[in-house]
Amino acid sequence: MRSSRKISAAAVLAIVVATVGACAPGGTTKPKKVATKPPAQITTNAQTAGKVTLTVWDQEVRGGQNAEITALNKQFMAKNPNVTIKRTPRSFSDLKTTLKLAISSGNPPDVVEANQGYPDMVAFVKAGLLQPLDSYSKVYKWADRYPATLLNLNRVSPGASSFGSGNLYGISQTGEFIALYYNKAKLSSLGLKQPTSWAQFTSELATIKAKGQTPIEFGNQDKYPAIHTFGVIQSRTAGPTTVRDLVFGTGSQSYDDPQTVQAATTLQEWAKKGYLTPGANGLAYDDAAKKFASGTGVFLMTGTWELADLAKLGKDLGVMLPPPERAGGKAVTTGGEGLAWSITAKSKHTDVAAAYLDFITNPNAANVMTRTGNLPAMASTAAASLPAGSAEAQVFAAWKQLSTDDGLVPYLDYSTPTFYDTITAALQNLIGGRTTPSSFGKTLQSDYGKFH
Amino acid sequence: MTHTVARRPDVAAAASPALPTRRSGRRSRRAPGEPRRVGYLYIAPALVVYGCFVLFPLVHAAWISLFNWDGLGPSSWAGISNYTALVTDSSLRGPFVHSLVLLIFYAVLPVAIAFLLAAVLSRHQLRGMTFFRTVLFLPQVIAMVVVAVAWRSIYSPDGLLNGVLHRIGLGSLTRAWLGDFNLALPAVGLIGTWVEVGLCLVLFLAGAQRIPRELYEAARMDGAGAIREFLVVTLPGLRGEASVALTLTIVAGLRNFDLVYLTTGGGPGNATSVPSYEVYHRAFDTNEVGSAAAIGIALTALIFVVTFVVSRAVEGPRS
Repeated sequence: MRSSRKISAAAVLAIVVATVGACAPGGTTKPKKVATKPPAQITTNAQTAGKVTLTVWDQEVRGGQNAEITALNKQFMAKNPNVTIKRTPRSFSDLKTTLKLAISSGNPPDVVEANQGYPDMVAFVKAGLLQPLDSYSKVYKWADRYPATLLNLNRVSPGASSFGSGNLYGISQTGEFIALYYNKAKLSSLGLKQPTSWAQFTSELATIKAKGQTPIEFGNQDKYPAIHTFGVIQSRTAGPTTVRDLVFGTGSQSYDDPQTVQAATTLQEWAKKGYLTPGANGLAYDDAAKKFASGTGVFLMTGTWELADLAKLGKDLGVMLPPPERAGGKAVTTGGEGLAWSITAKSKHTDVAAAYLDFITNPNAANVMTRTGNLPAMASTAAASLPAGSAEAQVFAAWKQLSTDDGLVPYLDYSTPTFYDTITAALQNLIGGRTTPSSFGKTLQSDYGKFH
Repeated sequence: MTHTVARRPDVAAAASPALPTRRSGRRSRRAPGEPRRVGYLYIAPALVVYGCFVLFPLVHAAWISLFNWDGLGPSSWAGISNYTALVTDSSLRGPFVHSLVLLIFYAVLPVAIAFLLAAVLSRHQLRGMTFFRTVLFLPQVIAMVVVAVAWRSIYSPDGLLNGVLHRIGLGSLTRAWLGDFNLALPAVGLIGTWVEVGLCLVLFLAGAQRIPRELYEAARMDGAGAIREFLVVTLPGLRGEASVALTLTIVAGLRNFDLVYLTTGGGPGNATSVPSYEVYHRAFDTNEVGSAAAIGIALTALIFVVTFVVSRAVEGPRS
């Protein structure tokens, strides 16, 4: 008995020594700066690159997205017969958990879709795993293709301490924003009109509640939906410039400023007065959308990505930008863009990869996206052929107005690496009446202050 | 009072013919049961697989837990700071407290309920017993994802539970169960109870069949009623099964991830976050791989200690 114990102890010790002998996980030396080409050395013609296999990891797995990227890949390979695209589609959450291992391996994919924010894109840049695209942006004139607000979301500062400015690390295909969906039939049966100002919208909520209906369908069990609702309110109390500075840490603002506390007060009042679905913290996001689509509730404040699922409401479905402060004022709402298409630092075909990135975001690609039911981030000529007055046409028009008015405000969870946890838990507490607006502001600021 | 006494004579008789053959097959003069070197050869294949896929990752995780590492870039030595944070950081202490609360619902309640059901079912010959056993065991067979989706719908504001409460005139009790700060954790826990009762019951019923009828008859002759009979015959007879049931349910309760991930995502606020969920969340969402590894190792140690103590306490010290 004693000898076997000795042997197993020795075996365990051997394993420990073998592991401990190995160096610290990920090494201890700082990653080298990723080398970049000057614009003059860039070849834009992918046909001259010889036989190339481009490996691409994307998350465009849903119906319209998959149709769009499949069509574009086919077109790209037809145009460049020497290039083969090897595509690995994965769902968003699948990609999130597997991409980190793939991208830090010795043989990463050439092109990947990286999620904006500290845990993904900024962390990748910090570890020297992504290729800066500024030279390509100059050659392909991507700055003319996108509004600066959108391009900035894919920029990471030198040293990867923050994002929203700095080098460009990816470009996005699609746009998205938080819209105000409304049930046309319900609204007119209550004797109300599509609101043109925030004050009118708020007074309509009171009227709807008084008449025994649910003003805003809202499900916050999944935690994140409240970021959208709160973001829209805050972009009104604080204004888009202030919120952008706040999120990217470029100003002197803080989360316990009166404007943010005011927005928290409004959201809590909405919950208390019954303007939101009762028990919202226990109602799933999808279920709230389903309830609205089946005709309960007058308003729904959520992203343009829900458009296809809400089509069940048919002709009664109205889509608009959340109304501005005063009638006819500038459009402002929370929103952003699809994941960034990026090139890995170890890719051996960066020119071909950049040509691919350019191809899937050019005017032709915008039209393909429009036809497959996606909202392209850039202007699309095919949008003109959408049926006038349809929900799709309204979304395209709203996106155009947002770009003109420069009214897009970033998602608040971009603020710090841990902000998603902080703000989602704090918002559930706020809506559940477990915290006051001012202590809500202090909770957010204590996280924010540690980072910025 | 252990099972040696309770062993049926016919079982022992059935096993005995095999013994002489085994004895005659032995060539050396070794005392029976003494280990031989060649034994290591027999266990080698399994040991290599176990070492590669369980022991090595475990030690590696313990090693990573001593660093601050984002999973991508270089790391820095953290010493035991990831472990001290488990005690000092309330956002890490919370999940461990929640998982201990969940043990009441995952282990204590199912074992208690299963004991009661087993006591009733083993006394009476019930028609369609196999059917009931299957139905009660069914939650164990269903994938946890399906269980979570089903219960999420039952607990939803317009769900089955609130519907029933309205119907029986208890409308004032209705609420968004999984969105209630005080009730979300018990609500998740009761799903665990529902899942684990079947497992415990099947174990106990199998065990109860092994208790000799004579013991019950003797107890009845001594004038014991149903409750007394349960306490002095059934309960001691099921010691071994109770230990197995407690170990399995405790492990299930402590490593609970899928239910929380799919029903509440740790919310509302952080009212239902548990260690396993934190491991996933830190490793993949917030890039705190060192801290995630530390939670994982601490959870492993906790499971080891709790199950060891429970099996010692329930089975009694082994000779």
